[in-house]
Amino acid sequence: MLKTLLAGAALAAMLVAPAGAAEVKVGFVTTLTTPAGVIGKDMQDAVNLAVEHIGGKMGDLDVNVIFEDDGFKPETGKQATDKLVQQDDVTFVAGFIWSHVLLASRKSALDAGKFLISSNAGPSPIAGKLCHENFFSTSWQNDQTPMAMGEVLNQQGVNSIYIMAPNYAAGKNMVAGVERTFKGEIKGKDFTKWGKDAQLDFSAELAKAKASGAEGIFVFYPGKAGGAFVKQYQQAGLQGKVPLYSVFTVDSISLPKFQAANMDGVLGSQMTQFWAPDLDNEQNKKFVLAFKEKYGRYPSFYAAQSYDTIYLIKSAVEAVGGDLTNMDGMRAAMKKADFPSVRGKFTYGNNHMPVQNFYLREVVKDADGVWTTKVVSTVYENHQDPYAGECSMQ
Amino acid sequence: MDLTLLVIQCLNGLQLGILLFLLASGLTLTFGIMDLVNLAHASLYMVGAFICASLTFATGSFVWGVVLALPLTGLVGYALERGVIRHLYTRNHLDHVLATFGLILIFDTLAHLIWGAEGIAVPLPGFLDGQVELAAGIVFPTFRLVIIVGGLLVAGGLYGLVNHTRLGMLIRAGASNRTMVSALGIDIQTLFALVFALGAVLAGLAGMLIAPITEASIGMGNEIIITAFVVIIVGGIGSMRGAFLAAMLIGLIDTLGRSYIDDLFKAVMSAAAAETAAPAVSAMLIYILMAVVLTFRPQGLFPPKVR
Repeated sequence: MLKTLLAGAALAAMLVAPAGAAEVKVGFVTTLTTPAGVIGKDMQDAVNLAVEHIGGKMGDLDVNVIFEDDGFKPETGKQATDKLVQQDDVTFVAGFIWSHVLLASRKSALDAGKFLISSNAGPSPIAGKLCHENFFSTSWQNDQTPMAMGEVLNQQGVNSIYIMAPNYAAGKNMVAGVERTFKGEIKGKDFTKWGKDAQLDFSAELAKAKASGAEGIFVFYPGKAGGAFVKQYQQAGLQGKVPLYSVFTVDSISLPKFQAANMDGVLGSQMTQFWAPDLDNEQNKKFVLAFKEKYGRYPSFYAAQSYDTIYLIKSAVEAVGGDLTNMDGMRAAMKKADFPSVRGKFTYGNNHMPVQNFYLREVVKDADGVWTTKVVSTVYENHQDPYAGECSMQ
Repeated sequence: MDLTLLVIQCLNGLQLGILLFLLASGLTLTFGIMDLVNLAHASLYMVGAFICASLTFATGSFVWGVVLALPLTGLVGYALERGVIRHLYTRNHLDHVLATFGLILIFDTLAHLIWGAEGIAVPLPGFLDGQVELAAGIVFPTFRLVIIVGGLLVAGGLYGLVNHTRLGMLIRAGASNRTMVSALGIDIQTLFALVFALGAVLAGLAGMLIAPITEASIGMGNEIIITAFVVIIVGGIGSMRGAFLAAMLIGLIDTLGRSYIDDLFKAVMSAAAAETAAPAVSAMLIYILMAVVLTFRPQGLFPPKVR
């Protein structure tokens, strides 16, 4: 009897929930467990800050963000997306740190007629052949940042590099990106095991890199692997002999740890990125200042992209006056990228990937002695990813 | 082939082997003597690393951190045996797996509450942070060399303990025939608790030694514990000598696999295919070895004598 009653109540609740709420539901899939949960936390903090900054409202509608954990696994990420689409009936599915998680989840969101917004991952298929009218990115396509780094290497006259990256979708894209623009010789390349039991000891690879005689090492190691790599790079005595050029490896998440352990070798190391905490525009100043005030640390680029995600959604919802059934209207609004972005003004390409600037950044001490990054120079202006041509959308 | 590189890669393999041995020795003791499948061994590895990290920052010295963290990790192991593990001995292996898996989750959450999610980078003192030139052209990180030497000393100490002391005799006797040992009036409860604490200290030491290379982070042991199980299966469950030799073997196979497989593959397939296949195959190598050993020598390469 009780069971029947409970089931009835649950059923009734399911019927009532979607109809009664005057709210925008945004699903946000990120990694909240495993050591990579630190990244997810940074994104979650940024989303909450953005919702606070817009007063919890998009037009007349309340904002309801539902966070889901992907556990750093594609299958879990897909399940989380299915749950958001089917059970919560969200209008927007956003988030996604990892390219393989995004690729596994995209169909669930897009087939159900939802908007899918990547707040980080930018695997090449989604920018090219698998591009979709309901997909948007507030980050970048994976190849772009390493392409900018390849350009920097050329400018600095580096003749040969050794490449290391994790063996998954984004790792392949990052390597393809730097190979696309770097004109010198690639002395060697290692793809290492990735995922929940990722390889974190790079002794064998660093020994190979050293023996190869390359003039520089290019790496892509996001999350905790980045910290581990930089330490071992220093312990192996490569510092000052074989300079390190990285993308998405040294960030505001790893820098406080390096500073606590006083690993000052990381100061001065260079990376490319579409954004930096010191980028000079109103929205970014507001964001960085408020983030530091509220959470007591610098936001990472993951946070910056997540903050933008909420503003992008807001621009769509407000353009249609809160009519969430008007998909065409919201799509057209998002395509204009008509919202204050922390990276400054940018446009969307035909594949709904940002066409934006890329900067060279350097690790420095700020006025308070906190380790952070600052912009050194602009590498690319209004750069479009190389897969846009493969996308059939106009 | 570049000989210098080969030597360095062998040293890297040895260093990985030493870490695996420190973990596997505790596993093989508890599994071999107490007949206990202890997945939570991975948590002791993590706890050792975290305690050492905190103490390193508190005392300002990594060496003091290790010295103080070792007995503390032993205490954690002892308390764990008294509080939880003791009640599992009479249960079957599935119950061991379930209970100790639960312990992993509890330890991970506790570590999250105490130390936060972001992990701790452990700084090395200057004299450990550099490199040494062992021979012409063979430059090797000092700390990794310390791991090799320290690990070999520990292995020697364990060898002495197991083969030349009364406790070691009881441990060996326990591995061979548990019922007989307790029938002879040996306090098997205390013996078990000591052995478990010893295993915890060894696992903790492995965690402390890896922390300055990677970092102390939640779930760090869950990745390596599987490899440690492969080590004791290949080496022969309950055998200290087997654990040592198998750990070295697996450390070398794993490292040399990562170093040379892509070159080998490039000789027979396209560079792009080799790049993709090599990491997958080198990650599989040790499991292939385990499968071969299980097929031809199910008791492991160096099983303890008599059973």
